[in-house]
Amino acid sequence: MSLYYVQKFLFELNRDEAFQAAYRADRRAVLGPYELTDEEITALIEPDIGLLFHLGVNGQILMHFAALHQIEWADYLQLMRDGIERHGPVREGVYAMTGYQGVDAHAAGLGQDSLAADGTGNTGQGGE
Amino acid sequence: MALVYAGVCSHAPGITGRADQADPEVREEFYAAFDQMRAAIEARGAEAIMVVAAEHFANFFMNNMPAFAMGMADFYDGPIEDAGWLAIDKFRAPGNRDLSERLIREVMATVDVAYAEEWRFDHGIAVPLHFLTPAFDLPVIPVNINCQGPPLTPLHRAWAFGEALRRAADSVPERIALVGTGGISHWPATPDSGKINQAWDEEFLDRWCRNDRQALLDYDDLTVYAEAGQGGFEIRTFLAVSAAAAGVPGTVHFYTPIPIFAVGCTVASYDLAALS
Repeated sequence: MSLYYVQKFLFELNRDEAFQAAYRADRRAVLGPYELTDEEITALIEPDIGLLFHLGVNGQILMHFAALHQIEWADYLQLMRDGIERHGPVREGVYAMTGYQGVDAHAAGLGQDSLAADGTGNTGQGGE
Repeated sequence: MALVYAGVCSHAPGITGRADQADPEVREEFYAAFDQMRAAIEARGAEAIMVVAAEHFANFFMNNMPAFAMGMADFYDGPIEDAGWLAIDKFRAPGNRDLSERLIREVMATVDVAYAEEWRFDHGIAVPLHFLTPAFDLPVIPVNINCQGPPLTPLHRAWAFGEALRRAADSVPERIALVGTGGISHWPATPDSGKINQAWDEEFLDRWCRNDRQALLDYDDLTVYAEAGQGGFEIRTFLAVSAAAAGVPGTVHFYTPIPIFAVGCTVASYDLAALS
């Protein structure tokens, strides 16, 4: 488990177009210098957005990785939800501070309807 | 000269990148509020805009994360994100290295601020500039408070930093506009993206407009996370502007939750003339 290095790889990938080209050419090779587990390497190669979120990757880093792979916004949100469903709560990092309760629990706690199933983020609350 | 403008605004990437998915009427009202903010900054003759941001791992990472940072360069490139994704073309914004250095030296008298001679703007600065200096013809002084990588900058230190920014702005002959940009409640880039706690936002904005230091510092990260999401950590940028405004009252010019933008969209400012 090396969340720091997963995020460091993504941080460097997100800000360097030459590095992005190298990643496109040989995904496994560019991961070599980073201290990563086999699970993390697999998630970064596939890519498995849901697993990366479950591992604790910050969404501010992860959303650019998704965009790099031409994943649309609504699909990106759904992949994270699927990852939590498949793998369980976020393991560590900022989202593990109080435990990830899921969209429905969050919405209920705020007295709101849940997010729309289409992933648009339409909460059904007033003022939209 | 002095600080001539102090305000806050939202910066979420969806504001530009997902503009076509928002209700056009609400979106245009929000954009109009940005236009009014730009007009106010121009009317005060600002010679530089200091943007207090909560950057998102574009320049600063957990290998060396500063609590505070200020840019000290003659130019800044952006956006670091894909231009199509953000719907903002690649740009080079002017800086002012000499002005930055004078401001940083003054801030350093009370706050240990890091400086950066290289800084690539992410959406946190690019989106506000897109509306506030669309021709990129106003020198920018980028400023950052760590709102992303815990342990985060304590709120009372963000306040002290804002006071230092005010003192620095008042120590230079140039007319400085100060714009804080961030939250308020939101869960950006997570499965909860689009969730907005409007009641929490309105309570926060009430405290912000009263410029009530005690009430603004009466938040803690665990509660903020539970009620306002990790995006709520960005209130640090709003608090810094409150401190810089030194007790004067503020006005919310626009606040409306726009879920597809993933934030309660906000434009607000302090009445600096109230002190004079």
